[in-house]
Amino acid sequence: MGWQWFHRLGSPRWFYEKTEIWIPWLTILAWGLLLVGGVWGLGFAPEDAKQHNSYRILYIHAPVAFISMSCYYIMAISGAIGLVWKMKLPFMVMKAAAPIGLALTVVVLSTGSIWGKPTWGTWWEWDARLTSYLILSFLYLGVIALQQAFQSRDTADKASAILALVGTVNIPIIYKSVDWWYTLHQPATLKLVGKSTIDPSMLYPLFIMIIGFYFFFTLVLILHTRTEILRRESRTQWVRDLVLGKAKKLPEESAQ
Amino acid sequence: MVKSLFWATFTRDLTLAFRHKGDMVNPLVFFLIAITMIPLALGPEKAVLVRIAPGILWVMALLATLLSLDNLFRSDFDDGSLEQLLIAPYPLSVMVVAKVLVHWLATGLPLTLLAPLLGVMLSLPASAFGALVWSLFLGTAAMSLIGSVGAALTVGLRKGGVLISLIVMPLYVPILIFGASAVQSAALGQEYTMQLAVLGAALALALVMAPLAAAGALRVSVSG
Amino acid sequence: MKFQFDSLDAFMQMKGHGVYVWASYAIVYTILIYLTLSPLLQKKAFLKQQKKWLKLQESSENV
Repeated sequence: MGWQWFHRLGSPRWFYEKTEIWIPWLTILAWGLLLVGGVWGLGFAPEDAKQHNSYRILYIHAPVAFISMSCYYIMAISGAIGLVWKMKLPFMVMKAAAPIGLALTVVVLSTGSIWGKPTWGTWWEWDARLTSYLILSFLYLGVIALQQAFQSRDTADKASAILALVGTVNIPIIYKSVDWWYTLHQPATLKLVGKSTIDPSMLYPLFIMIIGFYFFFTLVLILHTRTEILRRESRTQWVRDLVLGKAKKLPEESAQ
Repeated sequence: MVKSLFWATFTRDLTLAFRHKGDMVNPLVFFLIAITMIPLALGPEKAVLVRIAPGILWVMALLATLLSLDNLFRSDFDDGSLEQLLIAPYPLSVMVVAKVLVHWLATGLPLTLLAPLLGVMLSLPASAFGALVWSLFLGTAAMSLIGSVGAALTVGLRKGGVLISLIVMPLYVPILIFGASAVQSAALGQEYTMQLAVLGAALALALVMAPLAAAGALRVSVSG
Repeated sequence: MKFQFDSLDAFMQMKGHGVYVWASYAIVYTILIYLTLSPLLQKKAFLKQQKKWLKLQESSENV
C-alpha cells in the first residue's frame, strides 16, 4: 500500500473524478443551510436591545470572516505542500482559493462597512478588527497579483506559494500590531451604539450559517479547482476524452 | 569559508553600489521632495505639522525604501551573475544577507541620517529626534530584509516595480506602526523604549527568516 | 420561535435598518451565487472551446 494513496491524492484526475459525486450533496447541504440560516436570521431571530435590527448583518458578516481566514490558510498550506512534495494538485487548489478568498474579503469589508453606518454612524471606522482585516485583504491581492504576473505557470505557482507562506507568518504579527495601535489611539468620541450581548436564541442561526458557509466554501473551492484542473490538464488524454464526450473511468490500479 | 564568502559578496556589492551613486541618491531625493509635498498639501501651520510629523516621516521613509528595492537583485539578474550565485556551492542565504546589508548601507542608513533634517522641516519636537533616528535605524534594516523577499519574488519580471510594493507593504505594517509610534511617543515626551524593543525583535526575526525566504524565491525566479 | 415582524412591510423596513440589512444580504448572496456559478460557466466555456479546437485538429489530421 505504502504511499500510493498519498500520491494518488496528488493526481488531478483522481480528484476530478472523486469529487464529481460530492458536488450535488455539497450544493444541497450548503445552500440549504445558508437559506435556512439566512431566513432565520432575517426574520425569526429576536431583535437586539442595542442594535435593533442592524445586528442581523452579523449572520452573514461573521461566518464569512471566519472562512476568509480559513481560505487563506488553505491557500498557504496547499502552496506549502506543492512546494515541498512538488505535486500538481495542491498548486491548483491554491490557485483556486485565491480569488475565492478575495471575494470573501470584499463581502466582509462591504458588510462590515454597511453595518457600521447605523451602528457607529460612519461607513468606515479605523478600529483594530476592520483595519487589520483590510491589511490582510491586501495579502490576498498580493498573491493574486503575483500569480498573474508570470508567464511560466510553474514559476507563478512557486512564487505565489512562497508569498502566501510569508504572509501567513505575518498574519498574527500584523493583527497584534494593529490591535496595539488601536488601543494607543482609542478615539475620544464614544461609539453611537455599543456591543451587543448575544442571547442564545440569536446563536442558533449563527451556528447554522457558520456550518453552511463552511460547506459552501468547500463546494466552491472544489468547483474552482475542478475548472483549474481541466484547464491545466487540457492536453491529457482523459481531458480530451471528457471534452469529446467519450469519458472513460479511471482504472483502479493506476500507476500515476 | 562562509565568513569569507559573506565578505566577498559584501565588498563586491558595495563597490558596485558606489559606482552607481545616482541609485543611492534617488531615494534620498524622493524622501526630501515627498516631505516637501506635505506642507504644500496641508498648509504650513506649525500646529498641524507637529501633529503629523512623526507619522509622515515614517511613511515617506517606508516609501523611499520600497522604491529602492527593485535594484536589489536586478542588475545581477540582468547580467547573469545571479544564476552563477545560485549554482555556486555556497549557502545562498548568506549571500542574500550580504546583499541586503549593502542595500541598507546604501539606502536605509542614508535615509536614517537625512531624517533629522527633514524632521526640522516638519517642526518635529526636539525630544523626538533621538527616537526618529533609532527607530529608522532599526526599521529600515528590517524593511530591507523583508523587502528582499519581495525583490527576490519579482526579479524575473520586467515590470516588477509596483508589484513589489503591493506584496511588501502589508508586511511592513507592523514596523510602520511601532516606528511611527516611537517617534510620536517621544514627541509627546513619553517613553519609547518599548517600541524600539519591538522593532529590534522584528529586525531579529527578519534577519533569521527573510534570507531563507528570499533565497528560495531567487531559486524560483531564476529557474522559471 | 416566532416571526419577528408584524407585516411584510415591517419586515422590509426593519425599523429603519432595512436598507442596510437588505443591501448586505443582497450583496452577500449575489457574490455567493457568483462564486458557485462562475466556475461552472467557465468549465462549460472551456469544454466548448476545447471541443472546437480538438475537432479542428482531428479534421486537419484527416486531410
